[in-house]
Amino acid sequence: MKKNGAQILIESLIKEGVDVIFGYPGGASLPIYDALYGAPLKHILVRHEQGAAHMADGYYRATGKTGVCLATSGPGATNLVTGIATAYMDSIPIIAITGQVATPLIGNDAFQEADITGITRPITKHNYLVKDVKDLAYTIKEAFYIASSGRPGPVLVDIPKDVQMAAAEFHYPEKISLRSYNPTYTGHQGQIKKLAEAIQKAEHPLIYAGGGVIISNAADELKELAEKTGIPVTTTLLGLGGFPETSPLSLGMLGMHGTRYANYAVIECDLLIGIGARFDDRVTGKISHFAPKATIAHIDIDPTSISKSVQVHIPIVGDVKNVLKELNKIVKKGNISGWVEKIEKWKKEYPLTYKQDKKIIKPQFVIEEISRITKGKAIIATEVGQNQMWTAQFYKFTKPRTLLSSGGLGTMGYGFPAAIGAKVGCPDMTVFDIAGDGSFQMNLQQLATAVQYKIAVKVAVLNNGFLGLVRQWQELFFEKRYSESRMMNPDFVKIAEAYGALGVNVTKPEEVAPAIEKAIKSPLPAVIDFHVAPEENVFPIVPAGSPLSEMMGGLA
Amino acid sequence: MKHTICCLVENKFGVLARISTLFSARGFNIDSLAVGETEDPSISRMTIVVNVDEKMLEQVIKQLHKLIDIIKVIDLTGADSVERELALVKVNTADAAAKSEIMQIAEIFRAKVVDVAPKTLIMEITGDAKKVQTLLDLLRPFGIKELARTGKIAMQRR
Repeated sequence: MKKNGAQILIESLIKEGVDVIFGYPGGASLPIYDALYGAPLKHILVRHEQGAAHMADGYYRATGKTGVCLATSGPGATNLVTGIATAYMDSIPIIAITGQVATPLIGNDAFQEADITGITRPITKHNYLVKDVKDLAYTIKEAFYIASSGRPGPVLVDIPKDVQMAAAEFHYPEKISLRSYNPTYTGHQGQIKKLAEAIQKAEHPLIYAGGGVIISNAADELKELAEKTGIPVTTTLLGLGGFPETSPLSLGMLGMHGTRYANYAVIECDLLIGIGARFDDRVTGKISHFAPKATIAHIDIDPTSISKSVQVHIPIVGDVKNVLKELNKIVKKGNISGWVEKIEKWKKEYPLTYKQDKKIIKPQFVIEEISRITKGKAIIATEVGQNQMWTAQFYKFTKPRTLLSSGGLGTMGYGFPAAIGAKVGCPDMTVFDIAGDGSFQMNLQQLATAVQYKIAVKVAVLNNGFLGLVRQWQELFFEKRYSESRMMNPDFVKIAEAYGALGVNVTKPEEVAPAIEKAIKSPLPAVIDFHVAPEENVFPIVPAGSPLSEMMGGLA
Repeated sequence: MKHTICCLVENKFGVLARISTLFSARGFNIDSLAVGETEDPSISRMTIVVNVDEKMLEQVIKQLHKLIDIIKVIDLTGADSVERELALVKVNTADAAAKSEIMQIAEIFRAKVVDVAPKTLIMEITGDAKKVQTLLDLLRPFGIKELARTGKIAMQRR
């Protein structure tokens, strides 16, 4: 039986196991929305397409299942762009489906026309403009395959309106193979052996784990490697949760706002094992001074990540989980007791710290309280800025897929919609968005989405009346000239209530824990407005472009 | 340093745009790029000359390979290969004495005169980049009115 393009699309999504789409209808996607009507697929109507892309992203990060977002042509499609770029930078598989003007109109500057495949070319893993309905099912199959395999990433499929309405036989391909795309999953045995030997010989080894550990579902294998060898583990922002911070081997995060002991360990190590991480500038600081004494090993599925910024001595291209499994079979513990003692000493001497206050709420305290009350088992989304860095420092992550944060692109406004996507995927989990007053206002209209679908996410606004990290940089590097970083804010409690969510106002430290508990207990989405110390800084900090050894602040 | 890279790519619309987007986004400098169908009409061959150092070259090759529509990337740097470029040059021949000199140069370089007009002629030259460049240097004093170069195409000997 013949179906139209829109029906083929919906059937294909169902075949791919999609159970929810985040989207917003419009002229060029009406046939798709008509096919959705009554289909066994949940659709979440967002309030801005950027949120749809972030929700699909958050849904993936929390569940491991490819997220799907849907927008109309022109402005609908361009509104997805920030969300797609966010997913691209963090290797997150999402499928973005966009309506397009009918094929005869393409290129004519038609109403609501935008060349979205052209626009998204540098921020997608791949994209398609489907010009013939006969190609549609195959294209959807290919899109899901490309998005979720190898180093994952967003894939956009642009479907003109006449293609949505044209009829074709529906055959969904069972399998797919591409002559031009064959990711390497298995690591080279010789290289793995070389790494095992280097581990045994090393006196000061260090594991530096990134988001690849989580994407590859390799947290257990990483734990096994660390426990077998006794090698301490520091993680990137996106690696948090990939190794339990309750472990004595955990050094927390490294880099610009990393722990002192993690950065000292990087400076002193003689073997640095990068696992599913990409030696980003926020991690390395000044490249020429990064891990100066170390032999560098790097396990990554993406060959372009290897030796891109830092010269790697033992490269291993492959899926992190596969490589670690092989490595764990042959690896032996070296003699590193002196090194472990040294690190223990650093940990005692230079813990993460802040000055508690009896009258004013410290933002770090709020995060510690959320961490304590949720026992480190909630899903935590963050925005970008101080809220993000304090969360990385003070929330004790123990499980993979519990931190959702825009690491690469650094997208303010990411956290709240990402939290909604995560809660849709994991309805039984407590989901928090730890936000700043600036970031939250970038996408807070999604409160309407959360309320409409009873998606009970909790937003903890660390409200300091500033764009905190901008203000901090102005304080430290621009002589306290607070240019355009002060914000006059609305009453977030009233805003929450106007949308039909729970609003809680918190001004005193002793109110922090009860407010968190109240929000968690409420069946509603909730916004807690924590009025925190306005000029608190994130420490330590390595100034941008400086060596890690030039950490400032954060001493007890 | 100049490096020659050959790419076998899916012969689909948009592939060239993907490659040029990649080069501009990553800040790689293209000297020339030539595209055409291969013996298999579903595959196009691109010959790209880039001006980058060794470290950057490794990135260029890896990044090209990462593009979904690229089937194969061959680095011809230092390889035993045949390289050719074609150029059309319109030279000023207003001066009769100059004209015969120009014809002589063409003969030495085995360049073909493909069109003659009262005050100009068009010459076609094929060869490696060095040969083409030498001819152009010799013709320049007479006045080059117009120049079109294909960019290099290349193939490994074995």
